[in-house]
Amino acid sequence: MLTLQFIPYADIDRLSSEKRIEKLLKIVKDEKIILLEGKLRAEEEASLIQRTMEEISKSFKGIEISPLNVHRKEDMAFFQKIKGRLINFLLGSRQGLTIIGPATIVKEIRQDPDKIELFTTTARKRK
Amino acid sequence: MINVFKKFLNRFFKDLFKEKGQVKLGLYGPPNGGKTTLANKVCKDWLGEEMGRASKVAHETREVQIKEQITIKRDGKELTFSLVDTPGIATKIDYEEFIKSGMKEKEAKGRAKEATKGVIDAIKWLDDMDAVIVVLDGTKDPYTQVNITIIGNLEARNIPVLLVANKMDLKKADLKHVQAAFPQYEVIGISAKTSEGIDGLYEKLFELRKKALKRKK
Repeated sequence: MLTLQFIPYADIDRLSSEKRIEKLLKIVKDEKIILLEGKLRAEEEASLIQRTMEEISKSFKGIEISPLNVHRKEDMAFFQKIKGRLINFLLGSRQGLTIIGPATIVKEIRQDPDKIELFTTTARKRK
Repeated sequence: MINVFKKFLNRFFKDLFKEKGQVKLGLYGPPNGGKTTLANKVCKDWLGEEMGRASKVAHETREVQIKEQITIKRDGKELTFSLVDTPGIATKIDYEEFIKSGMKEKEAKGRAKEATKGVIDAIKWLDDMDAVIVVLDGTKDPYTQVNITIIGNLEARNIPVLLVANKMDLKKADLKHVQAAFPQYEVIGISAKTSEGIDGLYEKLFELRKKALKRKK
């Protein structure tokens, strides 16, 4: 069975970067796919990869992660861009969606500017 | 006390390099993009010796490797830098993939463990870089999270970056596809294996150094 867990941005908003990563990693290690409202900061993504590497074991092979932007940059008005950048700088981004899943379940997340495809491994393969 | 002394020495050597205008140039990218092949090409061209072993099996480079004092000479200009070849950054590592490449289980597990440490080290080293060449596999989908995370982190740290799409000698290579993925960056096509586009890369290194020195000031 495939479990998707939605995490609203409000759930991680007040957490430190370390706590955010800890929370996300715990859910992924429970073999759930996270749909996170918003995006992590670039530094948080790097820390998530570092923490993931520390946790790699026979049963946990790592993660697949992919953010999805709701608005394409060229569609945004100038002031929206400035506002977006300021929010990104201060709080990380609330816009868009980030998919994070365990590599044992999510084989690949393929994205291009207009679509996102999630490829999962078959249940038999996982066992 | 030892730590204080170490910090002093680190600062001393860092300042020494700063005065000489020498930059630390990092090679970053996903596994198997050709970072070590490129490092070998640069080292062979300008030092007469290779840096490390390249292989078709992912995570061949599992430790950060450095070659100091590489001097490129072009049209009367000189550029000296330290080249840092880093392990490929990945979000997942599965020892079973190494077994599929023909390794014994014990060796595969050992390689996986070293590879995880390599990824951690590569990310830690980001802060020490003055400029970075992101080496992407020109035959593969550029829209991967690893590529986006590496470039995003360089941008966040304000580290000057040059993107290269490697393996342009292969039929599947698509420079335009890589360029379309990162329109805000200049992407140049090269083949570290056949030397295609390498002269253009050396030319770009002078510009990259300029940006790196400006950032250091």
